[in-house]
Amino acid sequence: MKPVRPVHTVLARHKARRPYRWSAVAALAALALALASCGGSSPSSSSTPRTSSHAGGVFTILANSNFGVADPAQNYTLEEWQLLINTHDGLVGFGHQGGTADTKIVPDLATSIPLPTNGGKTYVFNIRHGIKFSNGQVLKPSDFVRTFERQFTVPGPTSFYSTIVGASKCSTKGCDLSQGVVADDSAYTLTINLTAPDAELMDQLSLPFAFAVPASTPLKLTGNNVPPGTGPYMWKSYNPNTQAVLVRNPYFHVWSAAAQPAGNPNEIIEKYGAQVSDEVTAVENGQANEVFDGDQIPSDQLGQLNSPKYASQVHVNTLTADWYFALNTRRPPFNNVKARQAINYAANRAAYVKIAGGPSLAVPSCQILPPNYPSYVPYCPFTAGSSTTTWSAPDLAKARALVQASGTAGMKVVVNGTTDQVGKALAEQMAADLNAIGYKATTLLLAAGIQYPWSQNSVNSGKWNVAWSAWYQDYPAQSDFLNVLLGCKTIHPNSDASPNIAAYCNPSTQAQINQAESEEATNPSAAAALWTQIDHEDTLAAPWVNMYNPRQIDFLSSNVHGYSWGPQWYIMIDQLWLSK
Amino acid sequence: MATLLEQVEPSTELRSAIVGRNPWALAGRRLRRNRIALAALGLFLLIVVLCLLAPVYAHDVAHVGNPMAPNLNGTTVIGGKVVPVMQQGGGTLHLGETPIGPTGDLHHYFLGADLLGRDVAALLLYGGRSSLQISISSALICCAVATVVALIAGFFGGLVDAVLSRIMDIIWAFPLYLLAISVSTELLTHASGIQVGPVHITAASLWLPTAIIAFVYLPYVYRPIRGQVLSVVRKEFVEAAIAQGAGNLRLIFSEILPNVLSTVIVFLPLMIATNIILESSLSFLSIGVQPPNVSWGTIISDGEDLLYSRPWVSMSAGIMIVLTVLALNVLGDGVRDALDPRAKIRVEG
Repeated sequence: MKPVRPVHTVLARHKARRPYRWSAVAALAALALALASCGGSSPSSSSTPRTSSHAGGVFTILANSNFGVADPAQNYTLEEWQLLINTHDGLVGFGHQGGTADTKIVPDLATSIPLPTNGGKTYVFNIRHGIKFSNGQVLKPSDFVRTFERQFTVPGPTSFYSTIVGASKCSTKGCDLSQGVVADDSAYTLTINLTAPDAELMDQLSLPFAFAVPASTPLKLTGNNVPPGTGPYMWKSYNPNTQAVLVRNPYFHVWSAAAQPAGNPNEIIEKYGAQVSDEVTAVENGQANEVFDGDQIPSDQLGQLNSPKYASQVHVNTLTADWYFALNTRRPPFNNVKARQAINYAANRAAYVKIAGGPSLAVPSCQILPPNYPSYVPYCPFTAGSSTTTWSAPDLAKARALVQASGTAGMKVVVNGTTDQVGKALAEQMAADLNAIGYKATTLLLAAGIQYPWSQNSVNSGKWNVAWSAWYQDYPAQSDFLNVLLGCKTIHPNSDASPNIAAYCNPSTQAQINQAESEEATNPSAAAALWTQIDHEDTLAAPWVNMYNPRQIDFLSSNVHGYSWGPQWYIMIDQLWLSK
Repeated sequence: MATLLEQVEPSTELRSAIVGRNPWALAGRRLRRNRIALAALGLFLLIVVLCLLAPVYAHDVAHVGNPMAPNLNGTTVIGGKVVPVMQQGGGTLHLGETPIGPTGDLHHYFLGADLLGRDVAALLLYGGRSSLQISISSALICCAVATVVALIAGFFGGLVDAVLSRIMDIIWAFPLYLLAISVSTELLTHASGIQVGPVHITAASLWLPTAIIAFVYLPYVYRPIRGQVLSVVRKEFVEAAIAQGAGNLRLIFSEILPNVLSTVIVFLPLMIATNIILESSLSFLSIGVQPPNVSWGTIISDGEDLLYSRPWVSMSAGIMIVLTVLALNVLGDGVRDALDPRAKIRVEG
């Protein structure tokens, strides 16, 4: 069974991913579905053959804000991760070609993906020879020891690797993983010993937290100095007030095109501080190459992008993410399943989709798992009509009947949302939906930075009944939604990081989650079927009102070619090339 | 031959004329002669009347059921054709949903729709009601409380004055907007409302921003009024009243208050104008008026994402704020000139 992640980890993950609300974190998209969802945009994974003639130029990204502290042991933002995957490597990694390859784990600095031994608790990696860091230092297995120790000595989301032997005794004061991460520099092997089998270890090793840094890297936070890596680029500078600059790593050579191909631009620059509307204008005018995909393009300017002039420059992709309202199951009226199902029937998902920018930018959804997950089977019991797979319209008659049956009619309900335009509109629509079935709903709006930890903390649970939230995958695993967001073990009383906001706990479902996790390594098909069942059971229990799955816009200048996109890392910046 | 006293005694006609020229009548006369101030008063009253007619417009003219409720799936009629209020983006990508723009038709989205598909014209009038209610109420509360506290502090002096003035100094020490934002953010998280003695204020109530605005402006009104009280309390007529055995209450409310009242009255229109701006600022930041209520500030905020394609959403509310504040400031100047031509009172925020 996968261990429960420490509280602060989940907070960090969500907070970091949260800014990419419209466009953000990647989906586990099957390529065909991703293409189908593009709504007339150019193909999401149209990989143009890259030749040496494509190399050169400076690729400029405009981002509204910086990504915070750059140390890869601490940073938990897609904004930096999209750069780090070009400057660093891990033992294994998600494919670097875009499309479905982006969700497959391939060997990177390791020569192969090892099978576990010792009952699933030991992995022995063979490390590639002849790879150098960008400072010229030769990569050795012992570098990984420091990499993993830094996960615990640098304040940050350490829990991904908490199953490593010795990790439980690590802290920011020190860490000894000599039993858990054993390097043999002469045999060029690295052995990872776990306290318990972890079916998601390879996913976690593919995240930038596990990217190799030299053994000489300090155990403490390096701040905005990014330690050397092994990728095709290296960090020349990072000033959070101005820009990040990546230049070519002179020591790089291709050892696996699937894991880490050579990049095209000579330099990648990410500039900070412009208004998103100005970013769009700059890219329209060819003064920059990309509007950072985490920046929310104002609805006003979406109209401009509809122009045929920009048809080849705009790319739309479906994300594996949920935008939802959590229902507070701790207190009336939503401690009653009938009341929860009632608002699910009443929720006007078409209205929520319009607030999100219309059907081109959001897909209505009733269930927990987003589309394109292996266990995803369409399911929507809360819709008008006879369909149980696709939402069509609210069923107010059924909703009102359920409210009456629950005995909760007329109760006061507080809808907690955020103060930004979209957050406010969603909260007002939810309040209207609640009022339509006999509740007395009011809104309670908080700044986005406050709202998420506030709604998670049980201290505030008496102040709200419905709370907005959104979740984007960390990596393609069903547990990232079903266990993290609705598992009994992710309810942390009095903590700002309790991702099961609804505080929904069904012991029998939790037992199924545990079983599915344990079967993933041994019987994947049975596990997948079980995840499907769990998804449908949780959906029917209605701890949320799921609104929609968002889609993401990439807007590039007209001289950019070779666009490829994957659900894990999104746009492959280094694979783009610039025409002269 | 008449005595000297009889010689200076005015005639009956003259006496009635002199009686008619009490300070208030003189002020009224001066104000009536100030045509710019009267025009400003007229403009302000027109805005007030229009806002009071919001339900009439919404229900009988625009035929909007609940003007504050989202209407994202609604339709309207333009040129005889039924069209959706929210219009999907064109081209091949169909990105975005844009609300319809101004139609110029009073019956159908005269000023267009906002991001929730609501009639902007109806919202503008309802928003004006909220903005005016909050600004006028908070000005009255602020001036009343500040006057009472200033009377007590100025009259009793000593320790009482020191304590009350230091409390006001503490409030004054905080940057006004920062204080208002902090208090609003804190109080709004009390979803069940705030209980102050027997008074219960819900988070969505208009009385919450009213109370916050009245509170943060207290020292700004208190200071000048206290100064006035301190100067009046040493006047001969007050000493005469004391010599006649007048009690404290009589001294405060019969002798001193009438002589500082003109200052308070001068403050009122200026405070209302200032309060409209503060209320709009808080509402723009989503920590003032809470949904489903609207104010001019929330309308500007709602139109922020539509500045390119539907600028009238924000601009209409902005224009209403400008006109109202301008009218009140001009009127305030006129009132000040009328009541005390030598005064130099200004409200500074």
